Amino acid sequence: MDHNVYPDNYIRGILTDIKSIAMVGASPVNVRPSYFAFKYLDQRGYDMIPVNPGQLGKAIAGKPFVGSLREIGRPIDMIDIFRGSAHAMPIVEEALTLPTLPKVIWMQLGVRDDDAAAKAEAAGIKVVMNRCPKIEYGRLTSEIQWVGVNSRTISAKRAPIPTMGMRLSLNRPSVAGGATAAADRAAHAQASKDRDGAA
Amino acid sequence: MTEQLPGFSTLAIHAGAQPDPTTGARVTPIYQTASFVFNDADHAASLFGLQTFGNIYTRLGNPTTAVLEERVAALEGGTAAVAAASGHAAQMMVFHTLLQPGDEFIASRRLYGGSINQFTHAYKNFGWNVVWADTDDISTFERAVSPKTKAIFVESVANPGGAITDLEAVAEIARKAGVPFIVDNTLASPYLLKPIDHGADIVVHSLTKFLGGHGNSLGGIIVDAGTFDWTASGRYPILTEPRPEYHGIKMHETFGNFAFAIAVRVLALRDLGPALSPFNAFMILTGIETLALRMQRHVDNTKAVTEWLSKHPAVSWVNYASLPGDRYHNLARKYTPKGAGAVFTFGLKGGYEAGISLVSNVRLFSHLANIGDTRSLIIHPASTTHSQLTDEQKTMAGAGPDVVRLSIGIEDKEDLIADLEQALAVPY
Repeated sequence: MDHNVYPDNYIRGILTDIKSIAMVGASPVNVRPSYFAFKYLDQRGYDMIPVNPGQLGKAIAGKPFVGSLREIGRPIDMIDIFRGSAHAMPIVEEALTLPTLPKVIWMQLGVRDDDAAAKAEAAGIKVVMNRCPKIEYGRLTSEIQWVGVNSRTISAKRAPIPTMGMRLSLNRPSVAGGATAAADRAAHAQASKDRDGAA
Repeated sequence: MTEQLPGFSTLAIHAGAQPDPTTGARVTPIYQTASFVFNDADHAASLFGLQTFGNIYTRLGNPTTAVLEERVAALEGGTAAVAAASGHAAQMMVFHTLLQPGDEFIASRRLYGGSINQFTHAYKNFGWNVVWADTDDISTFERAVSPKTKAIFVESVANPGGAITDLEAVAEIARKAGVPFIVDNTLASPYLLKPIDHGADIVVHSLTKFLGGHGNSLGGIIVDAGTFDWTASGRYPILTEPRPEYHGIKMHETFGNFAFAIAVRVLALRDLGPALSPFNAFMILTGIETLALRMQRHVDNTKAVTEWLSKHPAVSWVNYASLPGDRYHNLARKYTPKGAGAVFTFGLKGGYEAGISLVSNVRLFSHLANIGDTRSLIIHPASTTHSQLTDEQKTMAGAGPDVVRLSIGIEDKEDLIADLEQALAVPY
């Protein structure tokens, strides 16, 4: 997998296939980026589990925090790493000790560790780095266009009827809609620093 | 595995638009509504808290306008865009998002006269100070940089003088100064030139001109290239400090490489109010579908008219950068190889009176203050668009007393030449 440019169908396949997401480094503070992403994905029907040992006893959208991946105690489809790049390898190593391996390890915008990715991929796990699942979901459904963002998809097909009023379907045939100067540029180094200090 | 990326004309027709999932409507509907219902209280709270994407109220965003925004962002190669009621409104929102009272920005002297007025006079009341530089001497930009500088602004192809800006040279100065580089790309349109490819961080347009293309709807737009690192800079508090209006959200941290566009929308557009009408968005979208065809015809016609004028005995000079020998010819070959736009100026040996006579005697060219229409347009800037400037500013802006500006339309070029020929023959 070329981790600089992901085909839309790779990302769409992951977001369609997975049902549960453990978000490592999630914050219960309602203005933090991780909170935004967590709540959005929760509203889209994913079984969300916030993982952060510093937040035990708290919850996001009614979902209680757990202290580690192991403590989740059931198989999970995807691990979303909302921590700095330096934390990616230990989280991947922990994931590889789970009784049931996750299908996907996803590292947030600004988070990238190619060695950790290679290790996960060697175990048959799909990897996405330096992307946000909320942005990708919004992009591939085209919901993100409602705030003027370039979804970089185009389609002449009629998409499935929206659910819950304004929620557009991920099951939308589209073709790539062009590059942007910034689209695949490594996001801000600051982003990962901020996430370390989340909450 | 690389997906094939669509070309410019495909994006001009398809980007942002798709069949309506509920009705099947193929053309983007005009969502002529002020407000949008919420699913439930939690959905409403998520929308107001910026936690989810969606529609609230047309001052903040509208589904018709959003198609236009995505389309222009795609054509310019940006991450996001925000439409506005006019090009002037777009500029005001850009500076409102970047500048604090007492701050400075550097602008090229070679600008549309309306922008010179806006920067010189209207912005004074906000405490925003323009410092002028000259695109013909790039070192003037470097010398204008001060600790108060927050942005650099140029037109890619200047109105009306036809100057081509060396975008990469100015972009380099902006990089060194650590400020965003703003390019008004109205006269070129992304068909002829994409400033983001040459280092622009923010692109603005008057959509009223070539993008809309038919002279029927006002509009403006701001495109975020997603290239400027606001957090690393630390000098743009609206983008990096917690926003009290939104419970302490930090715009750049939350919205990453489209944070500037979101900040413009949820702070400047929301609070200053210059939203584009959905009807105008629809008209402009329809215009953009034929942008490539129209622009090619515009530049083909302009080439023919400028070549004819440059041989006419009543004409002292023609400023069109695509003409060999023009002082901007090399820059035009680099930045606008398909043609240096369709707006240019020329000088009449008869001076001010000859200019008045020409605009009075044309029959096919419309005498009015606009550019970028299907129709060919003519104006005498010294007595109209630039009349409020000082003589020095007029000359600097390429609008001296003998200057006539044409905006060449997409009629038959033979008819345009014949009209100019008969009007130039009228004694004055």
